Amino acid sequence: MMFAESPLNKRDKKTQKLFRILFLMMVMLLVTPVLLILATLIYKGGPIISMEFLFADPRNGMTAGGLFPALLGTIWLVVVALICSVPLGVAAAIYLSEYAPDNWLTRSINLAIVNLAGVPSIVHALFGVGAFVIFMDFGASILAASLTLAIMTLPVVIVATRESLQSVPHAFREACWNMGATRWQTIRKVVLPNAISGILTGVILEVSRTSGETAPIMFTGAAFYLPTLPESVFDQTMALAMHLYVVATQVPNVPDAMPYGVALVLISVVLAFNALSISFRIYLRGLKKW
Amino acid sequence: MSGATASQKPSVLADDQPDTAWYVDKAVQVIMFVAGVSAIIFIIGIFIFVSKEGAGFIGGEEMNFSEFFTSPRWRPTSEWNPTYGILAMITGTASVTGLSMLIAIPFSLGAAIYIAEFATGKTREALKVLVELLAAIPSVVWGFIGLSIMNPLIIDIFDVPVGLNIFNAGLILGLMSAPIITSIAEDALKAVPDGFREAAEAMGATRWQVIYKVVLPAAKNGLLGAVLLGVGRSFGETMAVLMASGHSINLPENIFDSVRALTATIAAELGETAEGSTHYQSLFTIGIFLFIVTFIINLTADLIVRGVRKG
Repeated sequence: MMFAESPLNKRDKKTQKLFRILFLMMVMLLVTPVLLILATLIYKGGPIISMEFLFADPRNGMTAGGLFPALLGTIWLVVVALICSVPLGVAAAIYLSEYAPDNWLTRSINLAIVNLAGVPSIVHALFGVGAFVIFMDFGASILAASLTLAIMTLPVVIVATRESLQSVPHAFREACWNMGATRWQTIRKVVLPNAISGILTGVILEVSRTSGETAPIMFTGAAFYLPTLPESVFDQTMALAMHLYVVATQVPNVPDAMPYGVALVLISVVLAFNALSISFRIYLRGLKKW
Repeated sequence: MSGATASQKPSVLADDQPDTAWYVDKAVQVIMFVAGVSAIIFIIGIFIFVSKEGAGFIGGEEMNFSEFFTSPRWRPTSEWNPTYGILAMITGTASVTGLSMLIAIPFSLGAAIYIAEFATGKTREALKVLVELLAAIPSVVWGFIGLSIMNPLIIDIFDVPVGLNIFNAGLILGLMSAPIITSIAEDALKAVPDGFREAAEAMGATRWQVIYKVVLPAAKNGLLGAVLLGVGRSFGETMAVLMASGHSINLPENIFDSVRALTATIAAELGETAEGSTHYQSLFTIGIFLFIVTFIINLTADLIVRGVRKG
């Protein structure tokens, strides 16, 4: 040591340590709930999970049997929602990243995207009822519910895609333009291939978001209980998230483990896709050559 | 592609004629533009369609502006004298949101500071992933947790008759909005140039002094924006409040009273109303109110964050 520590230095060090520990505790208090919740759900819902629980129909007024129609319904909703929102979201992100000038319109678009993500889910549900169920006359159906979900989760795709497009170095584009390629040729042959995995990360994240939503599908296409499976996008369907709400609050005499089991399946689906998206992103970052 | 329009265009070089690739390029640009503005179209569409369904109520004689906002009596299904007052629900939403922010703001800002300024390497990555996973838990699962885990715990610990109340819902909403605030606040802290930190450290400041005197003031607006987005999230949350707040119309006196939120009212009642009835329209009117409030919150957050970037 060249200098001896003065009392002031010591006090500063102490303060620093104190705050470090304080903030560490805050982080811990924030992340422990995830682990506690998971542990509780696994402990209480784990025993009920079986092949029958996953692949059988509900029986005895949903107090026994499985959740297969709800699981299948969630797959329907997610797939149709993705078909609608991914092309639109990717195109919107391409516009924002590759074409949009820095003006009031672009700013309004960005503000609209923030707002789409920020509008309460129940307001999205009201919009779905007004626009798709009534105005376009789809009725309460998978199509109406998926369109509502698609619009609600559009920001997820747009933001992820835009980020991944912008991480492609500008020099790549310039090199391509110099070869006489048009803007679109550059985007299709150079920008998109370099950004595709980042876009995929966003799409997986959207699967996770879409499968967990309840409020937007409550009145637009998800039913409490249906005796038959949906056959087309114009049928109603059951859904996992809705099923959890129903067995937890609406059905009398449900055995204790039942809603825990449904919650465990739902959270597994959501977190699995989320974790997949995160690990994919970390893996890609390792691969980046520029 | 016909050359008719192409030949009318003045061109310097003979081979500078628009070819197929040129037309494809222009067409694609139009498509991308339409997709780009779709977000604006949807936001306007949401406002128009929700207003359209609620219009009958706003213009109708059942609606009385001062009664709507100042009466705590919400009895839309009463046969004799239906009343439409949302004051109790506004109080419910405000109290639950307020409590959730009291919990979420200190913790998420603290967490953001730790992740952005103290944690390094693997720890930092792991914490960020955990925060992201916390944000991913669906609201209906949170509601279920409030209903079946927190409810008996609150009854036991605080010796109150009902565990579904402001405290329960506020705590759940706090946990739900904390990861949002944390990750946006962390971005705001990361956006402070390293040069600021280095300059302060070169002057002999400790890490905490750097944070307190340099980083936090520089990131002030971003942090405020993060908090506002957290408020918006908490305010608009539906399923979790519906299941954890007790859902009873009540002007609360303490945090162990059950309340009802604006969002939850729509979720609980829309399914039971006939399309076009006054009750149905009044629920859409609540929707317009929710839309406008969240719009203002998001706009303010955007302006604040923008302000710092320009300045």
